[in-house]
Amino acid sequence: MEQIYLTIALAPLVGAIFAGFFGSLLGRMATTVITIAGVLISTVLSFYVFNHHVLEGGEVFNQNLYTWMQIGELNVSVGFLIDNLTAIMLVVVSFVSLMVHIYTIGYMHDDAGYTKFFSYISLFTFSMFMLVMSNNFMQLFFGWEAVGLVSYLLIGFWHHKESAVEANLKAFLVNRVGDFGFLLGIALVLMYFGSLDYVEVFASLGNVTGVTMLDGTSVITVICILLFIGAMGKSAQVPLHVWLPGSMEGPTPISALIHAATMVTAGIFMVSRMSPMFELSETALIVVMVVGAITALFMGLLGIVQNDIKKVVAYSTLSQLGYMTVALGVSAYSVAIFHLMTHAFFKALLFLAAGSVIVALHHKQDIREMGGLRKKMPITYWTSLVGTLALIGFPGFAGFYSKDMIIEAVHFSQLPFSDWVYVAVVIGVFITAFYSLRMFFLVFHGESRMDEHTASHVKESSISITLPLVALAIPSALIGYLTIDPMLFNGWLDNAITVAANHTSMASLEANFHGANGMIPHALQTLPFWMMVGGIASAWVLTLYRSQWADWIQKKFHRSNYVLESLYGFDRFNDIVFVGGIKKLGNFLWKVSDSGLIDKILVNGSARFVGFIASMVRPIQTGYVYHYAFFMIVSLLIILTWVLFAGDNPLLEL
Amino acid sequence: MLENYLPIVVFIMLGLGFGAGPMLIGYLLGPSKPDEEKNSQFECGFPAFDDSRMYFNVRYYLVAILFILFDLEVAFVFPWAVVQSQLGWFGFIAISIFLFLLVVGFIFEWKHGALEWE
Amino acid sequence: MNNMYTFDTSTLWAALPEIFLLSAIVVVLLLDLFLTKPFKQATYYLTQISLFITGVMAFNLIDQPQTIIFSGSFILDNMASVFKVFMIGSTMVAMVYTRHYLIQHALFRGEYFVLVLLSVLGMMVMVSGYSLLTLYLGLEILSLSLYTLIAIARERAGAVEAALKYFVLGAIASGLLLYGMSMIYGISGSINITDIANFAANADLASRETLILNFGLVFLVIGIAFKLGAVPFHMWVPDVYQGAPTSVTLFLSTVPKVAAVAMLVRILVDGLGAMHAYWADLFMVLAVLSIALGSVVALMQTNIKRLLAYSTISHVGFIMLGFVTGVISGYGAAVFYVFVYILMSLAAFGIVILLNKKGFEADQISDFKGLSKHSPWFALMMLVVMLSMAGVPPFIGFYAKFFILQQVISAGFVTLAVVAVVFAVISAYYYLQIIKSMYFEESDKDITIVAPMDMQLVLSINAVLILVVGIFPDFWIKLSLSLF
Repeated sequence: MEQIYLTIALAPLVGAIFAGFFGSLLGRMATTVITIAGVLISTVLSFYVFNHHVLEGGEVFNQNLYTWMQIGELNVSVGFLIDNLTAIMLVVVSFVSLMVHIYTIGYMHDDAGYTKFFSYISLFTFSMFMLVMSNNFMQLFFGWEAVGLVSYLLIGFWHHKESAVEANLKAFLVNRVGDFGFLLGIALVLMYFGSLDYVEVFASLGNVTGVTMLDGTSVITVICILLFIGAMGKSAQVPLHVWLPGSMEGPTPISALIHAATMVTAGIFMVSRMSPMFELSETALIVVMVVGAITALFMGLLGIVQNDIKKVVAYSTLSQLGYMTVALGVSAYSVAIFHLMTHAFFKALLFLAAGSVIVALHHKQDIREMGGLRKKMPITYWTSLVGTLALIGFPGFAGFYSKDMIIEAVHFSQLPFSDWVYVAVVIGVFITAFYSLRMFFLVFHGESRMDEHTASHVKESSISITLPLVALAIPSALIGYLTIDPMLFNGWLDNAITVAANHTSMASLEANFHGANGMIPHALQTLPFWMMVGGIASAWVLTLYRSQWADWIQKKFHRSNYVLESLYGFDRFNDIVFVGGIKKLGNFLWKVSDSGLIDKILVNGSARFVGFIASMVRPIQTGYVYHYAFFMIVSLLIILTWVLFAGDNPLLEL
Repeated sequence: MLENYLPIVVFIMLGLGFGAGPMLIGYLLGPSKPDEEKNSQFECGFPAFDDSRMYFNVRYYLVAILFILFDLEVAFVFPWAVVQSQLGWFGFIAISIFLFLLVVGFIFEWKHGALEWE
Repeated sequence: MNNMYTFDTSTLWAALPEIFLLSAIVVVLLLDLFLTKPFKQATYYLTQISLFITGVMAFNLIDQPQTIIFSGSFILDNMASVFKVFMIGSTMVAMVYTRHYLIQHALFRGEYFVLVLLSVLGMMVMVSGYSLLTLYLGLEILSLSLYTLIAIARERAGAVEAALKYFVLGAIASGLLLYGMSMIYGISGSINITDIANFAANADLASRETLILNFGLVFLVIGIAFKLGAVPFHMWVPDVYQGAPTSVTLFLSTVPKVAAVAMLVRILVDGLGAMHAYWADLFMVLAVLSIALGSVVALMQTNIKRLLAYSTISHVGFIMLGFVTGVISGYGAAVFYVFVYILMSLAAFGIVILLNKKGFEADQISDFKGLSKHSPWFALMMLVVMLSMAGVPPFIGFYAKFFILQQVISAGFVTLAVVAVVFAVISAYYYLQIIKSMYFEESDKDITIVAPMDMQLVLSINAVLILVVGIFPDFWIKLSLSLF
């Protein structure tokens, strides 16, 4: 099995290396074949691993494969921990990645950076595998940073666009904030547990439970919150979410792969992986839950006023990530992973469909200038419909099962504030349905609002684009129905996730579970369903039936509209406080401390001082051999004198 | 422990005394009235026509080094010869290796022309 | 003592590499005499082959159980074997670089290679020496060969001056070393390391009788410090490095350091390990002085050989710091540093040699101006070497410094570590200066690389290793730790 795991991780790396270093030599065709072959191998093997571990209940594999460094007690290794959680992540990542690879053939067809792009996404796949397969914090951090790096490179892929460069810088900086917390968390783990190996750390949790730091804060709480700050950066939770909408500057395939399906869920994965630790800290769980709820509700609201097709999907991603985080907060880790999985499929689908539309319209992204595409792009239309229904949680579709479970889990939660969170996530359902359908109707239904020239060229995208759409539409529709039972209640994740006995959400969920079939009729009696229907209806009214009402509402509620359109002022706040403040601080530091203190006194001063010393010492080096010999003998005498007179020399006692 | 070295110190002192003593006595006690005639060359002697620290041809130097080399070799072989009967074959082989290496060196210098005067 | 005259030939295998190398030297020496001019290159290839076979023999002796032969004066253990393999490998690499230099500067003579082989033999004897006499013997074989090697460019006044300086000062140092050895022998009654170790372990070090042991120790440390080039016995280093032909400097600055460290380990760790507290104090002072002086004085240099000489001095300081710790992992860190230093130094001098061509000795920092334009690949290699020497991760030099400092700190010498880091930062300045002139300055000379492909290839591998080993340092760290 070890070879199989290694192959899964390394096959995309080989592809990335070939595409990256020899892409221009090999040409487009060969690059495409090599990278896709690499990911295909990983995908097939991932399914095999999934079968072995999840379906056949194989042993958990935990082994260090290569010791990178062993210094004293600190052992830094590359190792794999393969349990059911990893196996599920492997399947999700490799499948979506494969689809995106295929999709890219069509999407990037005319781009000069074709081979480079393939190299990057293969490299990303490798990094993501390293992240999810890791058995220690160090490798987790490596994968964490590597996916961040590739994300940074890909957001700025079109680096001639200024907005792309700004966006990738923003993503980079915001992620640094998260990483800072993450790294501090890892450092604390090392400090208190003396190891970075998951299993060893979890095994010695008991020894650290009672330990406190900083005037009585529990160490576990501090570690958990710091690690969660890392997750907030990567999984774009408020207030570290600002980079994700900006990341839409990158090519659409990577928005699907990195900024919807896989990388942004790394935070969710990480917290699930750390469930034994998070379970010990009520405080951390509350923080997780509240942050998730805020993100789920308020980021969804922003989706309503967006007019860029990708931005709408981006805000819906933020909101869905919020849902997952809420699930983590109420100790329903398996539900979070379940939603992660369904979301990966349907959100990748939505992004790729959006990309298909964008290609057809020659890179126009404003939904106000679309409309009536249903006839012209039938495959894109139907697959988008599946994706949208899955996203809003229409009964029977994948998102329905996972989202319903999250809402129920919150409902059963005993944590403080969980009632408020429940209200937030239920309202969230309405909002999700509203903005999703608004976009859907504006793009595909109604009158065409395109200009003549564009409209005449619109046609269905090529096979390499539509094939992934269809391939993703199938799991988007069915995966929830098929896996809800085994994944949540039949122990698929039992060997990876720990839930404390006093966190009863999961138990209550199980007690009230009616089976995948029973959930659909039952849903008709629940509030979330009617919220969703309300959302669909309002979207229909405001976009198709009486679109002038939307304008009226916008005018009437211009204040709230202003708040939403200015994205709650997060960006402006950051601009003024962080960017502006840091600029001012930087200016100050530059003038006073840098050029004054450091340059003049410390740097030049120390340079001058060192130079002075050097010029003092250098004359000793006269070049005369008798000076040298004399110097040696004098040194010898000094040393002998020192040895003779230092310490308790017996000769001196006489 | 240092006391053990006392005889040596005494020995050194005595040696110095025997060497320097008579000269000192002669210098102090003997009459000393030098004049022109007394300081000139006597009878068959002749005035020095060059500095006594004359330059040797560098070849003498080379030959001198080679001489010392083989001189030392002989010095090394002597003690071996004395105990040869006790050393047996081991001694024989050992000295053979030693001599072989010297021969190699000899061939080297010969071939390089170090032994040719011109 | 009764087996003095009987000799067990079945133990000779332990010295097989040395025996083979000696025979090879004889063959090479004689063959070279009778080669006519067009076939002189054969000496070079013969040298490489001899080294290779010797290396393979030494390699095969790795993991043999510890064996002491020749009445306790010659030891075969893992440290000896690994060091030998490493020295021979480095020498082979150095010879690849050397050939280019010798051809360009019309110094290609058979004696050169014979002398190199002889010095390797001397070093192998040093590494395996287990009595004071064997160690001294090896040291003298090495030193005499080196003196002559430097003077091989006898038309150059600088080279002859360097050789003479090295000879005179080396003779003084050898004298001091011998003096120390005689004191140790005088008090302990033996020249065998094992006996000395036994004596030192049982002696009352605080008593008046053993003061002579202390004095002997000082002389030994000085002799070793001279060989390593540690301050204040470093005066020969810059002058000799600068004066010697670059190919000799390359050899001189790399492989003999391994032998010197081996001698250090044999005498001070194996022999006088019980006196660690006494010599660690000395080492601490010498190490700090070396790091400080090496880092500071190098700032003023314009000659790259001289600059690398001072950089060597500061690296030596770091190596000595590892021995200050007095624990096995500290010694391992020092040995790791030696390996790393040699890898970097080979590459650095290799690139200096690379730029040489007929009638042009590239030994000024200004000769590197604009290298990135003319040869981006080797500019990159030099960048790697310089960053590694400065101790920038992920290059190997970082791990070497990191490992040493970590050991120093865990041994409780935090101040020492801080001082070392401060000077390491200062030293980064002059490494960066070279990078600056390579990348940001315009060339005022015509730089063309005329070196043969084999040298370019070996040099590239050498430099790339600095990065690769930097990313996967574990094998080397483990290897270094396993030697003690």
